[in-house]
Amino acid sequence: MTTTSATPRLAVRHLTKRFGALIANDDVSLTIAPGELHCLLGENGAGKSTFSACLYGLLQPEAGEIEIDGVTAELTSPAKAIASGIGMVHQHFVLVPSFTVLENIVVGTGSGLRLDMTAARGRILDLSRQFGLEIAPDRLVADLSVGEKQWVEIVKALYLGARLLILDEPTAVLTPQESERLFAIIQQLKASGIAVILISHKMNEVMRSDRVSVLRKGRLVGTVTTKDVTRDDLTMMMVGRPVAQVHARSKPGAGETALSFTGVSLAKGGRTHLKNVTLDLAAGEIIGIAGVAGNGQDELLEAVAGLVRPDSGSIHLRGEDIGALSVHDIARRGVGYVPSDRFRDGLVSDFSIAENLILGQHWDERWRSGPFLDETATRRSAEQAIASYSVMASGPDMLCGRLSGGNAQKVILAREFAKARHLLLCNQPTRGVDIGVIEFVHGELLRKREEGCAILLVSEELEDIFALSDRIAVMFRGEILGIFPRHEADIARIGPLMAGHAHGAAA
Amino acid sequence: MIADLLETSIIISVLAATVRIATPILLAALGEMIAERSGVYNMGLEGTMLMGAFTAYIGAYYTGSLWLGVVIAMITGGLMSLIFAFMVITLKVEQIVTGLALNLLGSGLSIFWLRAAFANAGQTPTTPFFDTVPLPLLSDIPFLGPILFDQKILTYVAFLLVPATWYFLFRTRYGLELRCVGENPKALDIKGLNVAARQYAAVVFGGLMAGLGGAFLTVGSAARFVPEMTNGRGWLAIVIVIAGLWRPVPVLLATLVFSFLDALQLQIQGIGVAIPYQLLLAMPYVCAILALAIRRSHSGAPAMLGIPYWRR
Repeated sequence: MTTTSATPRLAVRHLTKRFGALIANDDVSLTIAPGELHCLLGENGAGKSTFSACLYGLLQPEAGEIEIDGVTAELTSPAKAIASGIGMVHQHFVLVPSFTVLENIVVGTGSGLRLDMTAARGRILDLSRQFGLEIAPDRLVADLSVGEKQWVEIVKALYLGARLLILDEPTAVLTPQESERLFAIIQQLKASGIAVILISHKMNEVMRSDRVSVLRKGRLVGTVTTKDVTRDDLTMMMVGRPVAQVHARSKPGAGETALSFTGVSLAKGGRTHLKNVTLDLAAGEIIGIAGVAGNGQDELLEAVAGLVRPDSGSIHLRGEDIGALSVHDIARRGVGYVPSDRFRDGLVSDFSIAENLILGQHWDERWRSGPFLDETATRRSAEQAIASYSVMASGPDMLCGRLSGGNAQKVILAREFAKARHLLLCNQPTRGVDIGVIEFVHGELLRKREEGCAILLVSEELEDIFALSDRIAVMFRGEILGIFPRHEADIARIGPLMAGHAHGAAA
Repeated sequence: MIADLLETSIIISVLAATVRIATPILLAALGEMIAERSGVYNMGLEGTMLMGAFTAYIGAYYTGSLWLGVVIAMITGGLMSLIFAFMVITLKVEQIVTGLALNLLGSGLSIFWLRAAFANAGQTPTTPFFDTVPLPLLSDIPFLGPILFDQKILTYVAFLLVPATWYFLFRTRYGLELRCVGENPKALDIKGLNVAARQYAAVVFGGLMAGLGGAFLTVGSAARFVPEMTNGRGWLAIVIVIAGLWRPVPVLLATLVFSFLDALQLQIQGIGVAIPYQLLLAMPYVCAILALAIRRSHSGAPAMLGIPYWRR
C-alpha cells in the first residue's frame, strides 16, 4: 500500500436497493483499501450479487453514495463503472466461445476503425506475465478448460484498467488446484495495489481474505478483520444463529423393504452406466451413494424415477415391479425425485413459485376445482411452502428463474418432499448452496427419514454422505463396489473404492 | 437442342444472366447477413424488397431520375427495417412473427399504392431503366469480359459489397463488436457498450440493402412494377445466408448457384426444350430446400440469433 492508503479505494455509504417489496440491500456501508482482499460473505439471497451489480452500474441503488479513490462516482452504467476503475468477473462466464482469447479481451475496446491486434496482444501478454496468468491469445475460448476461461475473464477486467476487481464466486467452477492458482493470482493483484472484492460462501476461502463483510437479508451485519475471527464466528454472523453440526437421529428403523434393485444393468451410447446393481433400501433408511460424478449415480436414480429403462434386471417399489410403469405412475406411488441440475430438470424458470410447486401433480384434487386450476388453493399452499422452507422470495408469483440457487433448491425440495410418501430420490441436494441451506436440507432429510420415508441420496460432497447415511454405497463405472454401515465407513475405505481400486490395488 | 446450350455464345449469355439475376439477391443477402450477425432475423426481407422495388419505380416515374428512385427505395427499405427494429429490439416482439407482418405490409401497401397512383393497374406506365456500363479494358477480356464487366452499376456495387462486408466483419473494430452481439450480447454490455444501438444499425443496413435490391428489379431491369414481383427473392436471400454460413464469400457462392439455375431455366425455356417450364422454375427453390436439408445443423449461426437480449 502506497501513499493512497489514507484514501480508501472504495467507500460505499448507506447504499439501499429495493426490488418491489423486497429490500435487497438495506443501508449498506463499507470501505476497501487499495491492495485489500475483502470478502463479501452471506447466504444466497443475502444481497451480495445485488451489491456488486450496483457497484458495476448494472443496477441503480435507490439511495446511498459510492466514492472511488476519494471521488464521488455516479455509477449509472457499466461504462461509467469501468471508467471509474471497477472491473468485474461474473459468476457465470461471459465469453464468446467462437472467438479467440484475444478477440474476447479486445472486443469493445480501442478506438478508430481498424483493429490493432498487435498492440493489444502485447498488452495482454504484459498483463498475463505481470500477474502470473497463463493465457494463449490465439486459442479459441471454446477449447479452453474451465480454469483457463477464468483467467481470460480476469485479464479482460484488467485490460479495461480495473483498480478494484469484483470476483463473484470465482471458485464455484474451479478444481481445488485451480482455486490455489487463483489465490496466487490474487496475491499478485494485491501486491500491485489492486483491491479485490471476493464474493464467496466457502469458509476456507473467506479465511484467506484481509477483511470480511457479512451480509444477512440485505443488511450489513458487520465488517471484521479476518485474523481476529474464527469460522464459527463468521458462520454465526452469516446465519444469525449457531449452526448445529450434529443432528440427533434414531437408530435405523428395521422397516420393510421400500426399494430393491435386482441385477439392474444399463448401457447407452457405448457406455456402461449401470452394471448388475443389486441393492435393498428399507423404509426409514438413508443410503448414501458416494462416487465421482458420472459413474452411474444419475442413471441409478433416473431408473427408479422411470426416466430411463434398464436393459436388464428389475426394480421393485414396495414389492411391486415398476419396470413397466410411466414416470407419472411411479410418482403417484409416493416417489419424490430431486434432480441434480435444478434449473434444467427441476424447475421451469419462467413459471412462478406457485406453478412450479404443483408441476407434475396439477391434476391432483387439492389444486383443482372441476376442470380448472384452483388458484386460491395453489397460492395458499405456495405461501405455506415459502414460509415453512423459508424461501427468500417476494411471494408465490415470483418467477423461479429469479431465485438464487439455494432458494430454487428449496422450492424443488418443498414439492418433492411432499410427493415422497415412501421413497425420496435425492441427487446433489446441497450443490452450490450455502451453509444455512445445507443445514436446513440435512434437517429436512432426517425428518423425512423419521417419518419412515426411504431415501436414496447421491452427493459429491462426502460431508453430506457421512452426516446423513445409515449405509454408504460406493459406485464406480456403474457398479456398486462396496456397501458399508456408516460406523464402518471412513474416508480411508471409501476413497480408494471411489477411484475404482476394489482391493487396495490398482484396478 | 440440349447441345445448343454448349455453344460459347449461349454459355456467355447464361453466365451473364446469372450475374445479373444474382444482383438483387446478393444485395439483400449481404444485408441480411449483417443483420443476422447482430442476432436479429429479418424475416420481412421479401416485403422490404417489394417496397423497395415499388418505391424505386414510383420515385423514378415522378422525379424522372433513376438515381432518385434508387435513393427513395433505400430510404423506404431503411424505414421498414427501422419499424422492424423497434418492434423486435426495443419491444422484443417475436422476430419471425414481426417479419411475417412486415411482408404482409409490403405486399398490401405496394398493391394499394399502385392502384391509387394509376387508374389502370393492369397497364402501368414504364420508366427508363439503367443501362449496362461496360468497364473499359476489362470488358474486352474474352469470355469473362461480357460476363462480369458489361453489367449495370448496381451489379458492380453488389459484388464489391462482398469484400467490403468481409473487411468490415473480420478486420474492423465495429465488425468484431457486431459479431460479439450476435454471439453473446452480454459480453459487450458488461463492457459498457450499447447492444441495442449496434443491432439497430445492423438491421437498418439490412433494410437499406433490401431496398437497393428491390430497386434493381424495377429501375434496374423490368422498368415497371408488377404486384408481388419479388417472387420469393427475399426468402431465397434468407436461405442463402444460412447456406452461406453467415460469411460473405460463401454467401456469394450460394447466390451464384441459385442464380445460375434460374438463368439456365430461362435459357432452356427460350430454346424450347420440352421440359415443363414449371419444373424449371422450381429448380432454384428445390435447390434451396436441399441446401437447407444438407446444412441441417446451424453451425456458423450466431449463437443468439432470434433471441432478444435482456439484461439480467
